Order: sequence, then C-alpha cells, then structure tokens
Amino acid sequence: MQHLYIHNQSVVHQADARVKLILSLAFVLFLSLTPQRAWAAYILFLTLSLSVALISRLGVGFVLRRALVAMPFVLAALPLIFRESVSLSTWSLTPAIRLTYSPPGLERFASIAIKTWISAQAAVLLAATTRFPDLLVGLRQLRIPSLFLAIIGLMWRYLFVISEEVMRMVRGRASRSAAAGGGRRAGGSLVWRAGVTGGMAGSLFLRSLERSERIYAAMLARGYNGEPVAIDTAPLSSRDRIGIALGVALLTFFSLLGVASGG
Amino acid sequence: MHPIIEISDLSFSYPDGKQALREISFKVMAGEKVALVGANGAGKSTLLLHLNGILRGKGNIRIQGLEIKRDNLAKIRAAVGMIFQNPDDQLFSPTVFEDVAYGPIYQGLDKEIVFRRVVQALQAVQMQNHADRNPHHLSHGEKKRIAIATVLSMQPDILVFDEPTAGLDPRTRRELIEWLSGLPQTLLVATHDLGLVARLTRRTVILNNGQIVADAATAQILGDEDLLMRNGLR
Repeated sequence: MQHLYIHNQSVVHQADARVKLILSLAFVLFLSLTPQRAWAAYILFLTLSLSVALISRLGVGFVLRRALVAMPFVLAALPLIFRESVSLSTWSLTPAIRLTYSPPGLERFASIAIKTWISAQAAVLLAATTRFPDLLVGLRQLRIPSLFLAIIGLMWRYLFVISEEVMRMVRGRASRSAAAGGGRRAGGSLVWRAGVTGGMAGSLFLRSLERSERIYAAMLARGYNGEPVAIDTAPLSSRDRIGIALGVALLTFFSLLGVASGG
Repeated sequence: MHPIIEISDLSFSYPDGKQALREISFKVMAGEKVALVGANGAGKSTLLLHLNGILRGKGNIRIQGLEIKRDNLAKIRAAVGMIFQNPDDQLFSPTVFEDVAYGPIYQGLDKEIVFRRVVQALQAVQMQNHADRNPHHLSHGEKKRIAIATVLSMQPDILVFDEPTAGLDPRTRRELIEWLSGLPQTLLVATHDLGLVARLTRRTVILNNGQIVADAATAQILGDEDLLMRNGLR
C-alpha cells in the first residue's frame, strides 16, 4: 500500500501538527469561500500550495499528481456545462456534429474543478508532511471529540491490517492460477472468477471480524476501558501563533482579492 | 540431467530498502528433497516467493528450464506448488471442495477431471469427509492439510513448503513428516525445525542475512554445532 507520509528534512515537516492542521483547514475554507471565476485568486492559492510543496521538498509534480485523486468527484459538476439555461452557445465540428453548451456553466465547472484540485493539494501536503500519529495528537489537542479520534485512529490501523490480509490472499490465489498446457484456455469462466472473488471478500470479512475480536480482547487485557489515554497539551509557542495569524491573514487577503475580481 | 530448479545470482530488496537476498545461486535436481534453513528474517520466505514469480528480484531463475518471465508464469505456477506458512493465506473459498478445485478449474480442466483430482487430493491428506466444510472453521492442522490438498490437486512437479510444521501438535507434525518423506515430487522445505530436516532431507542449505552460508549433506550440517549456533539455529 502506498504510504501517505513522505519523510524529508524540512521546515514544513518539523512544524507543529496543530499549525499545519489549522492552516490546511483555513486554506480549504478560504479557497471554497472564494467566488467563481476569480482566476487571479486561484493562481495565488496555487502558488501558495506549490511553494509549500517546494519548501517541504516533496516536489511540485508529486503534489500535483497526487492531488488528482480528487478529480473523479469533479465529474458530478459536469452537467453544469449543459444545464445552465442562460446564454447558450453552439460549437460545431461539422454541420452534423453540434454541441450546445453554456459558457457561464463551463466557467462554473472550471472554477469547481480548479478549487477541488487546489484543495486536494493542501490535503496531500498535510498528509505527506505529518505523521499520522502526530496528526491524531494534533486533532486531540484541538479538542476534537475523542470518540471521533478513536474511530479515525482504529480505521487507519485496520486499513493496513486488512490491506496486508488482501495482499497475502491475492498471493495465495496467484500461486494457484496456472495453465495446464495442451492448448487449454486457462482462467475459467467470468462467472466462476466472480464467484471466487466473492468468496475471497467473504473470507476477508470473516477473518477481519475475528481478528478485530482478538485485538479487542488483547486491548481489554491491557486495561483498555474505551477512554483514550490523556496526553498533556503543550500550548502553542508564540512563533506558532504568529505563523497561524500570518497564514490566515494571507489566505483572507487572497480570498478578498477573489471577491473583488471574481463573481 | 537438467536441474529442475536453477537459481543464479538472485538478489532482492524490498521497496523499503531492506536487502532480503544477496546473490543466491543453487540448483535442485528432479526428485531431490532439500531443506532451506535459517533464523527468522534470514530470507527463506522471500526466496520461496521467487520460485513462482510472485516476487521478482535481480538475477536468473529457471524452473524446468523455463526462465521466470511474464509469459511463462502460468506454466511455472502449474509446475511449482507452493504451500504457505499460514494456511489462512491459502484458503479463500466458502467450502473445502471449492478451494481444492480452484487450481484445476483455473487451468481449464474438464469437470470430471476436476472432480477426480479434488477427491484424490483430499484422500491424500485424509480429509475426504470435510469437502463441504467451510475451511475457515477447521482446526489449524486441518487447514494445513487442506492447504496442501489445494496444491496437490494441480499435480505440480515441485512442492515448496514454508514452515510446514509451524503450529502443529506433535502427532500431526510426525504424520506430516512421514507423509512428506513418501512423496515422489521434488521438495523444497523452508524451516527452522531441525528435527524435520534430519528425517526428511538429505541436503540442507543454510541462509543467513539473505546469503547462502552452507550447502551440504544434512548429516554433515546437523553435525556441525558451531555452524548451527552461528546461524541462529541452536
């Protein structure tokens, strides 16, 4: 499984998880408050995320590529291009092939796509520069309810356990997926293969369930009572506070610029 | 006679940078029974996973003269039957019968042949009365037998075992060793169960830190206390 965190020596990596969390959330919030068609503001937001990509030595290409994971969700906004009823235009390749679309709808779609992509970059940067446990501690220090944190933490832990189980099971299947020779077509029918995959999903469920029961028993045996262990919350240093204030001020400025230029 | 397994200069590193195998070279002749011993983390399982192309390192491996590459994988996996250490990794179907039938069905064999192979394989491990059970709910020893049956039903020429006796009770272990000794196939067994080695194989290869440190007659290796101690086997 691909790991989200990429270890590097950089100012961004060393920064307090709370600072990164707050600034990332502010980044996404202000970007989404920026109106449509505020192209100049988008460029400023993009410049900011790419600067962090450079400072953290992750590389611009890496962040841009990884942020593309959010793009399938943008498809939901695709109908905007054709559904807006105002000022329709027609684009034609040949007289026979004609496409009626709405330029304002197209602009709205482009705005949504760009904003989604840049927001995803912020999330990628946060995850790639902050270890997951630090992120959890940061969230706890920001007073996120501990039940949520327990859910997020266990989900993260089990994601790897389950993906390893899947990998081993797929290995086991691959080892027995062979050809007999003599001109026989190997692979079996599609329906049979689908059945096998269904069986694998079923055994994965059983195994994960029983495993989680064993792990839970082990947690109880070590005194787990449903309450997370308390940790001390060192207050943010004055440098961190100034960093947050400056960051939020910058983001506000970008967003206001967008309000003035877009619409 | 050509060797049935031929490995030359095989090296492999995991994606996290850990070098697991360093310039491994050895040959196994058809019908030979060879033990691959070494401490935990010596690289035994990693080496085994190369024999049917699940892992692909640098170097050259030939199985029955066939080089391991994408086009040959299906044939090589038919020749190399691999029994994993944890039978849970091998059993993924709702019933024992379906699990044992997976390999032959995938190979595109006729229904009657598949049925016959499954019955034979289950008889070989004395589990013919368990065909309709859910493999998940068998005991560890029973799972192990079924895992072996899933491979026997494919009638491979080479059997590769990863820690076959791990987690078995003494009687099941003894029965397995006796059963393995009677098999006609070429056998490669990765283990640190030296009792098994003494009774099953005439040749032993010691792996330490991804390298072959000894390859000799089992009697000679088991007689060398110093060698065993140095390689974490005593």
